[in-house]
Amino acid sequence: MSIFYFIAFLSILFSLLVIFAKNPVHSVLYLIITFFTFTIHYILLNAQFLAIVNFIVYMGAILVLFLFVMMMLNLNKDAEPTKSIYVKMIGVIGGGSLLVTLVAALKGLAKSQPVVLQNVNLGSVQNLGKVLFSEFLLPFEVSSILLLSAMVGAVLLATRDNKPKVTV
Amino acid sequence: MESLTQAIKIVPLNHYILLSAIIFSIGVIGVLIRRNAIVVFMSVELMLNAVNLLLTVFSVYSNDPNGQVFVFFIMALAAAEIAIGLAIIVMIHRNTNSIDVDILNRLKW
Repeated sequence: MSIFYFIAFLSILFSLLVIFAKNPVHSVLYLIITFFTFTIHYILLNAQFLAIVNFIVYMGAILVLFLFVMMMLNLNKDAEPTKSIYVKMIGVIGGGSLLVTLVAALKGLAKSQPVVLQNVNLGSVQNLGKVLFSEFLLPFEVSSILLLSAMVGAVLLATRDNKPKVTV
Repeated sequence: MESLTQAIKIVPLNHYILLSAIIFSIGVIGVLIRRNAIVVFMSVELMLNAVNLLLTVFSVYSNDPNGQVFVFFIMALAAAEIAIGLAIIVMIHRNTNSIDVDILNRLKW
């Protein structure tokens, strides 16, 4: 029981550090730790497949991509011009009132049941693979097209066209 | 593994919802108060992950694997979104020499 609350505390602490760190590189490093705590949450829920995918895709691929872009743009030294304190306060108040609304809606619910894992194999690779390739076969194939188009689009956007366009 | 799954048996569903709501709100605050486009992007990632965690919890709660398959699709979508978004940020930085989101309010440069 206590391990969940400890990990949840770490998740909240490091996600606060992500948005309040001055240096964007530190933000990325804190985000890596935040995603690691999410991986631990998945392991606690016995969602093994998602834990591994979260570990590889988010911590391995996406955050390395963030770090590479930051290295390419050389953003390490020049600090961003910060917003005025009023705009920041309005932002915090806006997000805080969203949180208050969500919590108030949660209070309206009845006392909740504990989360109990009924089937130990629920999140295993075998079980999810069976569902993915029978019920969700079409969305799976469509998502491959999405990834292909994203790759083409990223290459198209990021290449610099310094030579004049040749009209055919 | 078995002892780990024993550990969550006492955690009520509301506490998971509360955790996800807090992290989602932190993401919203991050989008509102930062001017660095990459940090804004990371806050969006934080919000996506809060929703992913909640979907997984509901999937375990109602013993239905469909929720975890949805999380898998959201992760594929997030990867595509990150690739495109970072390419756009690189392009913006090349054109304006800055990644301040406040310069981009004119839709041209």
